[in-house]
Amino acid sequence: MLLAARNIQKSFPGVKALDGVHMNVRPGEVHALLGENGAGKSTLLKILAGAQAADGGDLMLDGAVLDPADSPLQRQEAGVVTIYQEFNLLPEMSVAENMFLGREPTRHGLINWREMYQRAQAILDDLGLKLDPRKPVRSLSVAEQQMVEIAKAMTFEAKLIIMDEPTAALSDREVDVLYRIVRNLRARGVSIIYVTHRLVEVIELCDRFTVLRDGQFVAEGKVAGKKVADLVKMMVGRDVEFVRCTASRQRGDLVLRVENVSRDGTATDPHATVLRNISVEVYAGEVLGFAGLVGAGRTELARIIFGADRSDEGVIWLGGGRMQLLRSPSEGIDNGIALVPEDRKQQGCFLDQSISQNMTLPSLKNLARWGVFVNETAERELVEKYRKALRIKMPSHLTPIGKLSGGNQQKVLLARCMALSPKVLIVDEPTRGIDIGAKAEVHQVLTDMAKSGVAVIVISSELPEIMAVSDRIAVFREGSITGVVSGDSADEETLMRLMAIGENADLTVVA
Amino acid sequence: MDAVGEQRNAEAQLEPERKGKSGWSAIEFFNRYGTGIFLVLVCAFFMAQNPHFLSLRNIANILTDVSIYGVIAVGMTFVIITAGVDLAVGATLAFASMFAAWLISKAGVSIGPPWFTALLASVAVGAAVGYIHGKATTFFNVPAFITTLGGMTIWRGASMLINDGGPISGFDEGLRWWGTGAILGVPVPVVVFILVAAGGYIIQRYTRFGRQIYAIGGNVEAARLTGLNVKAVETSVYMIVGLLSGLAGFLLMARLNSAEAVAGLNYELRVIASVVIGGASLAGGVGGVGGTIIGALLIGVLSNGLVMMGVNAYYQQIVIGVIIVLAVAFDTYAKKHGR
Repeated sequence: MLLAARNIQKSFPGVKALDGVHMNVRPGEVHALLGENGAGKSTLLKILAGAQAADGGDLMLDGAVLDPADSPLQRQEAGVVTIYQEFNLLPEMSVAENMFLGREPTRHGLINWREMYQRAQAILDDLGLKLDPRKPVRSLSVAEQQMVEIAKAMTFEAKLIIMDEPTAALSDREVDVLYRIVRNLRARGVSIIYVTHRLVEVIELCDRFTVLRDGQFVAEGKVAGKKVADLVKMMVGRDVEFVRCTASRQRGDLVLRVENVSRDGTATDPHATVLRNISVEVYAGEVLGFAGLVGAGRTELARIIFGADRSDEGVIWLGGGRMQLLRSPSEGIDNGIALVPEDRKQQGCFLDQSISQNMTLPSLKNLARWGVFVNETAERELVEKYRKALRIKMPSHLTPIGKLSGGNQQKVLLARCMALSPKVLIVDEPTRGIDIGAKAEVHQVLTDMAKSGVAVIVISSELPEIMAVSDRIAVFREGSITGVVSGDSADEETLMRLMAIGENADLTVVA
Repeated sequence: MDAVGEQRNAEAQLEPERKGKSGWSAIEFFNRYGTGIFLVLVCAFFMAQNPHFLSLRNIANILTDVSIYGVIAVGMTFVIITAGVDLAVGATLAFASMFAAWLISKAGVSIGPPWFTALLASVAVGAAVGYIHGKATTFFNVPAFITTLGGMTIWRGASMLINDGGPISGFDEGLRWWGTGAILGVPVPVVVFILVAAGGYIIQRYTRFGRQIYAIGGNVEAARLTGLNVKAVETSVYMIVGLLSGLAGFLLMARLNSAEAVAGLNYELRVIASVVIGGASLAGGVGGVGGTIIGALLIGVLSNGLVMMGVNAYYQQIVIGVIIVLAVAFDTYAKKHGR
């Protein structure tokens, strides 16, 4: 056994986070750590990484007991390296500098650049990565940055690499590259603890799994022969499927029409997706899914519709007369469009501020006496209203939003947009990093909104999700829409074809 | 799940706080009240050194001194909360007061009594200067540090030009009252400071504008995506601190009976220190008028107390500098470990 965790106990004031958790990872194995948010996964990972000390229990690596008081650096040097969901890279420094940060090879006290670049290149070649060790990390795509994290792990000669949601921001093609690297590492005897909410990946990639629920060990075993539904059942203790909740929904009037929108942002950002002549129609009372690989242009189009970015050509029609493109988010909001951004941490939440402040910021105009003084009673009522409607778990409306779980933060951001009573609601990756139970809740909210007459646009990289909630699905590929498919008749294969190959064949647009 | 279970589940969703058995966190307590406690201790110390420290006259002196830069500090609080800074407040003060003095003494302009003209002029000039800072920062996307660094020398130069570097002195009784008079025994500048501070607190705590300032400082991209006109709010905030610098200039010229081109020299240090000791972070999103007032008082008390003890003026600078660094260091430590 490479890693043996026995009877791990960890408590925080008022909460028993881990209660007698076991985990056994063999050498050269890809081991999935499964569990809903709040099950104790991140606490266990922090204990393994040396960022927290367990209260009780044993941790053994290769037969040697690990000291609970170890620092993260000591654990890394012992061969346990963690790659977090939000990378730990310095964007302005080169790949090699990041890989050897703090442990640069030196000669006579000065950094030996030649050796550093050579060793970096060697590791990159070894992993089959075509990256230039001299390039600054900020010029790399998200997927490439993740590769740098893995290469960094290899500089520690890691025996055990922990990957937390490694594919959350990767396109399917990039996920394949990750798979290849993981299998490469496995073949060399390195073990991987793989934490993900994408259960399909567990079936495809992992050898064994451990399931936690509510801080307790539930099961461990071989992945072979298991189906996603089996894993879900162990994780939540009940059968959960994405039920299609679109029955009895009437499509209303046309509320938004995008006409020939084009945008070429490559002058300022070489990685920008070029939008080419996009046209699409959106109706009240329906959920329109935007499907596509990462980088296909969905978020870019959404931001243009909302007014957060400018386009080079094209027009948006929003009822009434012909419209120019919106020039700012405030114009978007004034015209009845609301956007829940892709990255809730960087673009959505004011982490130090209260749930109340986060939820009501754009609605303050309506909650202010004489337009100046905030009416805190009205504010409290609004927060309470959405707390109930969306079942947001929060101790108090004054709690800083940074203390909520990802799923609840997402609900607050959703509430923020819903409070504006928009005509068009755009949600970008609404359930990223959220556990299954909360995902289903968010889907229900979105379909309810559509039922009440709002035009909902859902951008998602998870096909099962898009297929579950959408009435129609617009498929994007490299800056164009390759097809619009009916949600009822869509299947993964067809969608994948449109997303990856762009075949438009005989798929007709649902009128 | 019943209500109790829901609550517990809700708390389990949170990151745990590190608290002692009684649920009381020493670090959080000191973070909140530490500066105030320290202020009280410092006062006690100086009182022990020299009983005259707590005489009414001395207190009035301290408060009057504090009021002049305190008024600016209220405005600077907003600027720093938006993650900006204004290094030009001292120069703005000088330029505004020189211009006002020139207006009433040399140019003979009068709109009502001289004090009214001077007050109007200095406040207007201050606001205009602030507007220029704000526009330059938001339009050119140049960091406020740089635009106001430039402003620092530009407005200082401009105030030198007004009377060839020399002061303009000798104002009438009505104007001088603003610096030396009293209302119900309280010096006028202190009354002005109290009003400004109260206004600042109300804005910060109860208005939409106040919320918007914190939002911009907390996460400017998220603020933009909620439809906030970030540039307009940022420009307003610089206008406010500029206006208050003009007001401070007016109070100072009233007190000294003289407007000087070298007035307000190094004021930016005291003002920024007040705000930062008061708990604001230069990274934005945190801080408040209440803390700033305590920070301003601390600096005022330290300066005055050291003088009363007969301490060499240069030691004063060292002591105050050390206190500033310690105060911010503790604040940073508390923020990291207190949660």
